[in-house]
Amino acid sequence: MASSMYLDNVSQQGQAGGFPSGTPDSLQLLNGGAVPLQAVPQLSFSHFSHWLVNTVRNGGRVISFFALPASCFTPSEKDGEHTHRLIAILASDTSGKLHAATAGVSGRYTSFAKHTPQMHLFEREIYEKHGITPEGHPWLKPVRFEKTGGPEIGDTDFFHIYGDDIHEVSVGPIHAGVIECGHFRFQCLGEKVLHLEISLGYHHRGMESLLRNGPYPRTLALMETIAGDSTIAHTWAYCTNMEALADAAPSPRGQLVRALALELERLANHTGDMGALAGDIGFLPTLSYCGRLRGDWLNMSAMICGSRFGRGLLVPGGVLHDLNHSLVLRLKERMTLTGKDVMGALKLMWDSSSVAARLSAVGSVSVETALRLGMVGVAARASGLKRDARHSLPLPDLPTPPDLCVASAGDVYSRAKVRHDEIAASVAFCQRLLTDFLDEDGEDAVCAESPAIPTLMPEYLAVSLVEGWRGEVCHVGITDDSGRLAAYTIADPSFHNWMGLAMALRGQQISDFPLCNKSFNLSYCGHDL
Amino acid sequence: MLDILFERFRQKHRTVPFPADSPTLPPRFRGRPFIDAGLCTGAQGRDCDLCRLACPIGAIECDNGSPTLDMGVCTFCGACAGSCPTQALVFTTDWRLASTERHALLIRPSEYMPGEAQNVSQSLPLRQERFFQLPELPLTPTRAASGAFTLSFRLRQVTAAGCGACEADLNVLGTVVFDLSRFGIDFVASPRHADAMALTGPVPHNMQKALFKCHNAMASPKVVIAVGACAISGGIFRALPSGDSGQGTEGALAHLPVDLYVPGCPPHPYTTLDGLLRFTGRAVPPA
Repeated sequence: MASSMYLDNVSQQGQAGGFPSGTPDSLQLLNGGAVPLQAVPQLSFSHFSHWLVNTVRNGGRVISFFALPASCFTPSEKDGEHTHRLIAILASDTSGKLHAATAGVSGRYTSFAKHTPQMHLFEREIYEKHGITPEGHPWLKPVRFEKTGGPEIGDTDFFHIYGDDIHEVSVGPIHAGVIECGHFRFQCLGEKVLHLEISLGYHHRGMESLLRNGPYPRTLALMETIAGDSTIAHTWAYCTNMEALADAAPSPRGQLVRALALELERLANHTGDMGALAGDIGFLPTLSYCGRLRGDWLNMSAMICGSRFGRGLLVPGGVLHDLNHSLVLRLKERMTLTGKDVMGALKLMWDSSSVAARLSAVGSVSVETALRLGMVGVAARASGLKRDARHSLPLPDLPTPPDLCVASAGDVYSRAKVRHDEIAASVAFCQRLLTDFLDEDGEDAVCAESPAIPTLMPEYLAVSLVEGWRGEVCHVGITDDSGRLAAYTIADPSFHNWMGLAMALRGQQISDFPLCNKSFNLSYCGHDL
Repeated sequence: MLDILFERFRQKHRTVPFPADSPTLPPRFRGRPFIDAGLCTGAQGRDCDLCRLACPIGAIECDNGSPTLDMGVCTFCGACAGSCPTQALVFTTDWRLASTERHALLIRPSEYMPGEAQNVSQSLPLRQERFFQLPELPLTPTRAASGAFTLSFRLRQVTAAGCGACEADLNVLGTVVFDLSRFGIDFVASPRHADAMALTGPVPHNMQKALFKCHNAMASPKVVIAVGACAISGGIFRALPSGDSGQGTEGALAHLPVDLYVPGCPPHPYTTLDGLLRFTGRAVPPA
């Protein structure tokens, strides 16, 4: 109850004191749009700082914050002395607008993290990549251990709590299951976790450096593997940026196929997560059904494009596989059967009072914490934040999205409930979409030519947000004077949410970790890039 | 309790009858590639390297025009087949891709053998539907199979920085659909309990130390199974000669002896299951 009152308060603030349109301190842009780089206001650092802090205070949030060598910009008269430019892109969920601004820095700047905690990991990232120090950062250390010649992975100043009865539990990088790698350190007093530190970087493949000076022939394949379970979300964000930077609108029918594929990805992963949650608490019927049903959703993706993970479907301009009449009918039939089976499997779980008791009041994240950390996606909505890019920051020309699903308690139960509700909403959406496909002509039309490398406008900036199943995927592309990618930055939802998991564990039993972890189900490779 | 039984009655027993019955994969599934020597202009000595140019990750090389497609690198995106002017290069729906021989993953132009077994992938615009008889790829059962691994084969999975898709489709083998444990094959938590390492990912710098530690902790005899293009060759992350900057990650082979290769990006669960069963000496009838 208290959290929803708080939310109303936040949204009112956002409307009243959010982004007045046309403010000189930032450039307004839309999701999926491109703007000339020179149009982004170049502010003094104090002006930039004032703009950023105030905007976040008034309900905005940071979706991207990175640095570029100053040589990428035409220097303004008073700005010739700086080595780098910081670029921040903020989003307002109430106005549906994005805002961008930059400021010149040389070697150091005053950290935002202390008062605007959602900046903490962005600042560490810039520090690791460019050696620019955020002065006053509370815990400055590598994010991905990506520097050759820098500290080896695992060699860092871990957080310690000292005391006679304190013990430390160290887990990973290789975990007990079939799962990605990461290192966890629990500071415990008896069974109680005082703090969990999550140290990642084991999956660092150098993704952003592989993209620089592109796009290359293999760029699209790289996008499909930023996080394998979010292939459609990341590839869609990339394709949107390419379309914006090439000033070429995507095929309208292709957008619909993309929207369908994105929801299939959501259905597969949410179903798998519900099964895994049931498995973690030993409720085996739901585990068994969902394990199978997750595969049924994946197989529907394979019916569309041949790949269970949506590989080879999206290309700049549209999609490579269209839906013909008989395929739409088969998908509709499968959708009905699988949707019914998933709901049947989940009902068993919700009807069991011992399941509800085990999931409730475990791993809670308050709405205040979610807001301060800039959390996104399922985890943010479970804590009561109405954050869903499909609703607040939609890409242009898409049909009405699935219903927004929110909970309030921010515990494991809420994160499970949001997933359950989103499964129902996605199934309804897909049925609607497939019915529309039946009414349309255009059978077996290939919506785009084979994946040619688009020619991009020089010195432009494009931003795309796609609400994947885990949360919002944010890609920012910047071209140089020859139309190559001077920088391409990626923020997987996991980037924002890993700290949320750490906060969820505070004061919990260490035995609750698997359950909390599964309820977030964050991506290691999406974070590590 | 009654609800649970009722739901079980409604949803029924769903384990696939594999290997007794062969699965039918979606017609758009891109499985084992085939290059028809009779149609390939490059193989006939004429000037053509369109498939090589179309491949975004350099999985095809041309020697005097004759193409060689490396399934150990290939992501099965289908771009090469789309570019082939004579439709000599096609992706069939054959999911049996695993082999114990690295060189067997190299697909060269060969004679077309008509057969009812495999239908070419329908994802490509075809002039006519063709059916293929593809020879089985060589797969020698592990030498320990005569004793140790036939009835019980324990896998320690290590994700050496994959994207998570290979892991997801390995995990799926444990579900009721495939029910891997009915074959005596299981994923285990400790390398001490493992007979084999199922390795995924391109093995970049940050994962090498952990990988070696894990491999060293396994008792002999032990085998390494490279699952997916990244583990086999570095896949899309390997360095390319074309000037496109690469990290130079080369997959498992640069670090460990590999006993079984399971190509794909990611491999279909049936591809992996077929490989595991034949590797441990069980008969899998051809599709």
